[in-house]
Amino acid sequence: MNRPIRIMAIGCLVLFFALLMNANYLQFVSADSLNARNGNKRVIDEEYSRDRGAILVEGKPIAQSVPSDDEYRYQRRYPEPELYADLTGFYSYTFGRSALESSQNPILSGSDNRLFVNRVIDLIGSRQPKGGSISLTLDRKAQEAAAAGLRGLGSDATGAVVALEPSTGAVLAMVNQPSYDPNRLAGHDFGQVSDAWKQLTRSDAQPMLNRTTQLTLPPGSTFKMVTAAAAMSELGLKPDSMVDAGTTLSFPGISYTLRNEGGSDCGGERITLSQALAVSCNVTFGGLAEKVGTAKLAEQADAFGFGEDYLDELPFAPSRVTSDSSVELDAPQTAQTGIGQFEVAATPLQMAMVTSAIANDGGLMTPYTVASVRSPELEVLESADPEQLSQATTSTVAQGLQEMMVETVDNGTAASAAISGIDVGGKTGTAQSTPDRPPYAWFTAFAPADDPRVAVAVLVESTSTTRSEISGGGLAGPIAKAVMEAVLG
Amino acid sequence: MSLRTPQATSRTPQFVPRKRRGAELILLAVALVICIGAYCAVGIGVEGRVPAFVYKLAAGLVGAALVTHLIVRWVAPYADPVLLPTVITLNGLGLAMIYRIDLANLENDGPDADTLATQQLIWTALGIALFVVVIIVVRDHRKLQAMTYTFGLAAIALLLLPLVPGLGKDINGARIWIGLGPFSFQPGEFAKICLALFFAGYLVVKRDALALAGRRILGIDLPRGRDLGPILLAWLFSLGVLVFETDLGSSLLFFGLFVVLLYVATERPGWLVVGSLLFGAGAYVGYLAFSHVRFRVDGWLHPFADPDANYQIIQAMYGMANGGLLGSGLGQGSPDITPFSYSDFIIASMGEELGLAGLMAILLMYGLIVERGLRVALVCRDGFGKLLATGLAVSITLQVFVVVGGVTRLIPLTGLTTPFLSYGGSSILANWVIIALLLRISDQSRRPAPAVVELEQDDATQVVKIR
Repeated sequence: MNRPIRIMAIGCLVLFFALLMNANYLQFVSADSLNARNGNKRVIDEEYSRDRGAILVEGKPIAQSVPSDDEYRYQRRYPEPELYADLTGFYSYTFGRSALESSQNPILSGSDNRLFVNRVIDLIGSRQPKGGSISLTLDRKAQEAAAAGLRGLGSDATGAVVALEPSTGAVLAMVNQPSYDPNRLAGHDFGQVSDAWKQLTRSDAQPMLNRTTQLTLPPGSTFKMVTAAAAMSELGLKPDSMVDAGTTLSFPGISYTLRNEGGSDCGGERITLSQALAVSCNVTFGGLAEKVGTAKLAEQADAFGFGEDYLDELPFAPSRVTSDSSVELDAPQTAQTGIGQFEVAATPLQMAMVTSAIANDGGLMTPYTVASVRSPELEVLESADPEQLSQATTSTVAQGLQEMMVETVDNGTAASAAISGIDVGGKTGTAQSTPDRPPYAWFTAFAPADDPRVAVAVLVESTSTTRSEISGGGLAGPIAKAVMEAVLG
Repeated sequence: MSLRTPQATSRTPQFVPRKRRGAELILLAVALVICIGAYCAVGIGVEGRVPAFVYKLAAGLVGAALVTHLIVRWVAPYADPVLLPTVITLNGLGLAMIYRIDLANLENDGPDADTLATQQLIWTALGIALFVVVIIVVRDHRKLQAMTYTFGLAAIALLLLPLVPGLGKDINGARIWIGLGPFSFQPGEFAKICLALFFAGYLVVKRDALALAGRRILGIDLPRGRDLGPILLAWLFSLGVLVFETDLGSSLLFFGLFVVLLYVATERPGWLVVGSLLFGAGAYVGYLAFSHVRFRVDGWLHPFADPDANYQIIQAMYGMANGGLLGSGLGQGSPDITPFSYSDFIIASMGEELGLAGLMAILLMYGLIVERGLRVALVCRDGFGKLLATGLAVSITLQVFVVVGGVTRLIPLTGLTTPFLSYGGSSILANWVIIALLLRISDQSRRPAPAVVELEQDDATQVVKIR
């Protein structure tokens, strides 16, 4: 009987070996992914009793941990809660984390690999490990100007503002209205936190939605910049090239006609491309879209970042030209797409990206919010390294567009963004959605034209203003101007 | 015994195994340091100070270890020196972990919380007492063979007990408990030993018939029905009872034990094939027929698909992941979050607080017990002892594999206790009996064979006495 006993001994060894391998897999290989799962109470408990790193804007904390005398030892505080809520996100025991609190958690909580040496030293010294801090790219004055501008529309108005530095992609301002107070979710009274959560998530105004990166809406006439770029690249048009205009664009065999806003004729049957953009001529850009074709138009939009997820650190929804690129659009649909209607949907960040790429001579920079990451000892672990996402268009086309956008501010619809003594380029948009709700007002601009330092996009989603008064230039333009002035100082 | 004279003359110098009791004593000292150290670490980790009763506890543990050692030295001097210290270490670590969960419960639920460490200490003392009784009373394991069918009947009775109305208790969905006054008892743990004894006794007698007689079908030699009848009956019976008691782990354990012993007794690998096929078919039918089996399999494959239903296994995984390589340290993790962190899931608690290193050490200790047990089977001189030692060792392997594999999500989760670590009286008592039996067989096999005594030359007849 010894032979089978020996074989059984080997069999038992195999079983034990399998257990050992599996234990290694569980506690070593998959440990990090298990620890990173939302709702892992052990990790949350541990993190909660740790000195979490601060999130700073221009050296001042917008999120920080202060000692508390309850069982969790630290309390997360947001000194300017509503102003920065969409960047910081919340840090809640019950409901997890969001935005930068979530995406930068390894650094903030101190579990990042770059802080390994710190952890070992803390372990030896029997100290609680601390988290590192992050500094944001934001410009306080621009942020405040944007928030003040949105507040000026009335407390029940909803909208969003985002400003970028065209040469780097650094986010200078990112504001939503309504916003929320993340302190309400960070408290240690879990009953109150739960009530706040219910109220915030059930509110129709969606205060926790980051409209700048998550809300895609028809961009309306601001999309004409993309159509113009495609037409200039594909058809070789220049700002002074003559294009078709007039009061209507009709399609053979179809009763539908595309009209201009207010029934105007844009200044004649044949006008310059520059004039067409300045007066935001639907007939011209509808016709150009038809000539360029949906495929090329979509290609140009993609070069500006449509359809792409380029912002890792915040909740994000990609923008789109059509809902299904495999479906061929008919002529009226293509024309409507060319003026930013039909199925075109973009976030304010996306429209700021378009303007930013134009201002940066066609180079589209990847947007980012984190300027630097520091260890608890304030040693810089990482500094942002601006990266180009794509070359959206040639510098010749981009410079032509800059010229036309400046013309739009100087002598066109975007006059409300004009800043005395500085050349500003801009474009308005008033987008229709469903007939039963008022249109969305858009405005996007950059300044100064000769050396752009800021590109901004403003969306006014809804206001109490009467319908006829809603226009990109009227409502959104002044906010864009205020933000640019704040950046330019 | 009268024949054991040092001057016994034999033709060749005989190999006399060393007793190695000194080695056992040193290992026991190491084991005690680990156990008492673990208690102190728990106290320091949770309350910041060494528990006040640690001296009493240390005295008790040292006393118990010394008693077992002296008893073994007296009645089983040639027994394996590694088994006892390993078991004491595991038992002690289990006690420390249960005490640690108690402290967490006291912290969470106030002074009225359930505490289990004291009960487990009493059970451990009873287990050691039972160990002493078994090793003293059973002086020769071969005598147990005479009671083969008694053990078979006892196994059946033990398995049936929980089904008796008024006596059986449903705890956590499985009807495998009986209530005796304030205590709950899991008779299945003892049924395991009885079945091993029964299988060994039965197979050693019938092995020739099982191995030689019979027909060859599809390349596998099948035995005659009348040889197989009783054992198949016993197997079906135990399996049937377990289906009614909804205890997956035990049914797997008993069936595995049966197949392995059949294979060892007959030396026919064909039995392993038949056994695996039967097991596969049974598992598949079980999956289709019983919702609780499906639930376990789903929880194994996709635990995060239903985090509420699979809360326990998810918390166990989180705990072990959180422990990482070196663990949080005793008293410094949160193993109490996992339900049943002191019994079925104690291995997850170990993984969390002692880390991967500690968990691997514990698994290696089990491996050591099993391989020492199989070594006992190898050197054992009689068939019954070989089969019994193999059966006991394999049952420990299967039990550890099923429960640890289930908790670490290698296989679907089935409820079984972790030998020596888990809280539970029946488990502790039964496992101490297993160790007593293994030590007894080990002592018997390593003891020098009685020499053949040559009688006077001028005797008319020569009587050769073998035993």
